Amino acid sequence: MEPFIKHTGLVAPLDRVNVDTDQMVPKQFLKFLTREGYGRVLFYDWRYLPGEKLNPDFVLNQPRYKGASVLLARANFGCGSSREHAPWGILDYGFRTILAPSYADIFYNNCFKNGILPVTLSNEQMDELFKRTEKKEGYRLTVDLEQQIVTGDNGLRYSFEVDPFRRDCLLRGLDDIGLTLVHDPHITGFEGKNLKLPVMYDPVDVKYHKQ
Amino acid sequence: MAARTLYEKIWEAHIVREEPGQPTLIYIDRHLIHEGTSPQAFAGLKAAGRKVRQPQLTFAVMDHSVSTKNRLLPVLDADALGQFEALARNCQEHGVHLFDLHSKNQGIIHIIGPELGITQPGQTIVCGDSHTSTHGAFGALAFGIGTSEIEHVLATQCLTQFKSKTMKIEINGKRPRGVTAKDFILTVIGKIGIAGGTGYVFEYTGEAVRGLSMEGRMTMCNMSIEGGARAGMVSPDETTFKYLEGRPFVPRGKEFQVAVDHWRSLATDAGAKFDETLTLHANDLAPMVTWGTNPGMVTQVTDRVPDPASFGDPVDREAASRALVYMGLKPGTRIEDIPLDRVFIGSCTNSRIEDLRAAAKVVAGKHVSKDLKQALVVPGSRRVKVEAETEGLDKIFRDAGFEWRDAGCSMCIGMNDDVLLSGERSASTSNRNFEGRQGKGGRTHLVSPVMAAAAAIEGHFVDIRDWKNADGAE
Repeated sequence: MEPFIKHTGLVAPLDRVNVDTDQMVPKQFLKFLTREGYGRVLFYDWRYLPGEKLNPDFVLNQPRYKGASVLLARANFGCGSSREHAPWGILDYGFRTILAPSYADIFYNNCFKNGILPVTLSNEQMDELFKRTEKKEGYRLTVDLEQQIVTGDNGLRYSFEVDPFRRDCLLRGLDDIGLTLVHDPHITGFEGKNLKLPVMYDPVDVKYHKQ
Repeated sequence: MAARTLYEKIWEAHIVREEPGQPTLIYIDRHLIHEGTSPQAFAGLKAAGRKVRQPQLTFAVMDHSVSTKNRLLPVLDADALGQFEALARNCQEHGVHLFDLHSKNQGIIHIIGPELGITQPGQTIVCGDSHTSTHGAFGALAFGIGTSEIEHVLATQCLTQFKSKTMKIEINGKRPRGVTAKDFILTVIGKIGIAGGTGYVFEYTGEAVRGLSMEGRMTMCNMSIEGGARAGMVSPDETTFKYLEGRPFVPRGKEFQVAVDHWRSLATDAGAKFDETLTLHANDLAPMVTWGTNPGMVTQVTDRVPDPASFGDPVDREAASRALVYMGLKPGTRIEDIPLDRVFIGSCTNSRIEDLRAAAKVVAGKHVSKDLKQALVVPGSRRVKVEAETEGLDKIFRDAGFEWRDAGCSMCIGMNDDVLLSGERSASTSNRNFEGRQGKGGRTHLVSPVMAAAAAIEGHFVDIRDWKNADGAE
């Protein structure tokens, strides 16, 4: 996973509440076996008209937001399905960080596993950022995870909170399976005391079951 | 010892390692996987040269992309076939038990876990699917995870987790006729909103919840995620034990008694503290119908489609007007006047035997409206299908003009060919009415099985309480 330390980039606004992961990557793209390539289909039904023509009414299709890497969003971003295809799509499209007043739990968690920083700001701060982005073409922001601040022109400076453990993992781009495996003796110890393997008392599916 | 909640008891019993300022490492008792979200996890495992730590604690099934038409025909969808083959290969390579397309125990993962008794009280259960919350009905801590976490569980049998807050959702009084568990949970979501439970684990309690069957409790817990909570639970009781006894993975004889004694001790203690409480009275509840594009946009069947102008919060106002445009609905329209194109009875929310029995009672001797293009019954599992056929339910549905299908997720997610076409409107017993969920441009109204059944007969929504067989199952 690529570490996230500090990022400066073009800002794009997605001014809708409760954007669910079905909208980010619709079901027809959940049949692929890889983690790559979901940027092209991100927000598919909003982004494309029939025949995969770009929908000019969809905000991310406006030329001024081309190449954006900072996404402004609204409350409860990423609700619904647990599909990690959603953050894969966000990242593959080019976004490194999201700024929103709140996120759904599973999506929030999935972002950290993929090197995306979801920043939580107040509704008032978000309103201000939406306003500035709208007003100034080429509006850019810097998100600094080390210092936990968002900065922009005209002295804009918002600090944000993030769990220290998650922050550390993201700053160092840590493989969290590797981190857990450091505690293998704890896991083995727990299993020694508690592990009870499932038993199929009634052999209903013997064809595949190895006891 | 201080009074503890069910959640706290399970949490504490699964701590592998705890360190101040860090998330807790908790042990996972059962890991369920399906073809949709697991291939990338196995690929990651392979790339890192890692093994599945406890293959016997993982169970796999094919459900999301399966055709519900004829299981004996070849799989025509090449992408779906690729997913099935990848799952079969991964399970074989790592020694994971797979219920494949042809297993007589195949079905939606959240239906087969409980019906085989793989799901048991006190367990931690995870799956790469947000409706894993279903299993909480047994007094388990069950929640959905992403693919990176699937890989983590495969490799370590653990997850790093932050402890959640707890919310007690209490429904007092007796369940009124024609009002089901689906209406309970839709009411709850309507009250707290779809983000109301973010950061919480719900525990459902109160006389009306206690009075529900396991099927009903599963319906409620299933949709906890639609209220923003990763998990929902019900303290185990006699109803739970009775359901579990004799199921394939449940201990027998004396061992069963030992298990029951332990399970009973897991129930939330009297006086245990919750971070939040929501109390409802069953008398105030009615059959519910969603009118918008998320499950919180819901109202009673006797109501009208709301006017966006009636919402105080400008954000809600805008969301409601967007939703009405998508749904093709005018403010003030009576819910009962909304005409339908298709009816879907199925999904991990409502496709268990009790759901099908209730719906069958409603449609028996009647016929689907000629205004409908399709009415579909998709049993949640092949076991449910066989049970229903033994009881003659398939015949009742077929005689009434419904299609009777094989088990799978089907039109809830539309990953197979069971979909809504653009502009079509469904009454659906599933869990999500998001834009495009059942097919691009499709318009979904979420309802209970008896409400869906009655709507299929009339071609529009009706108040099931006005019907003789309002309670189906009774």
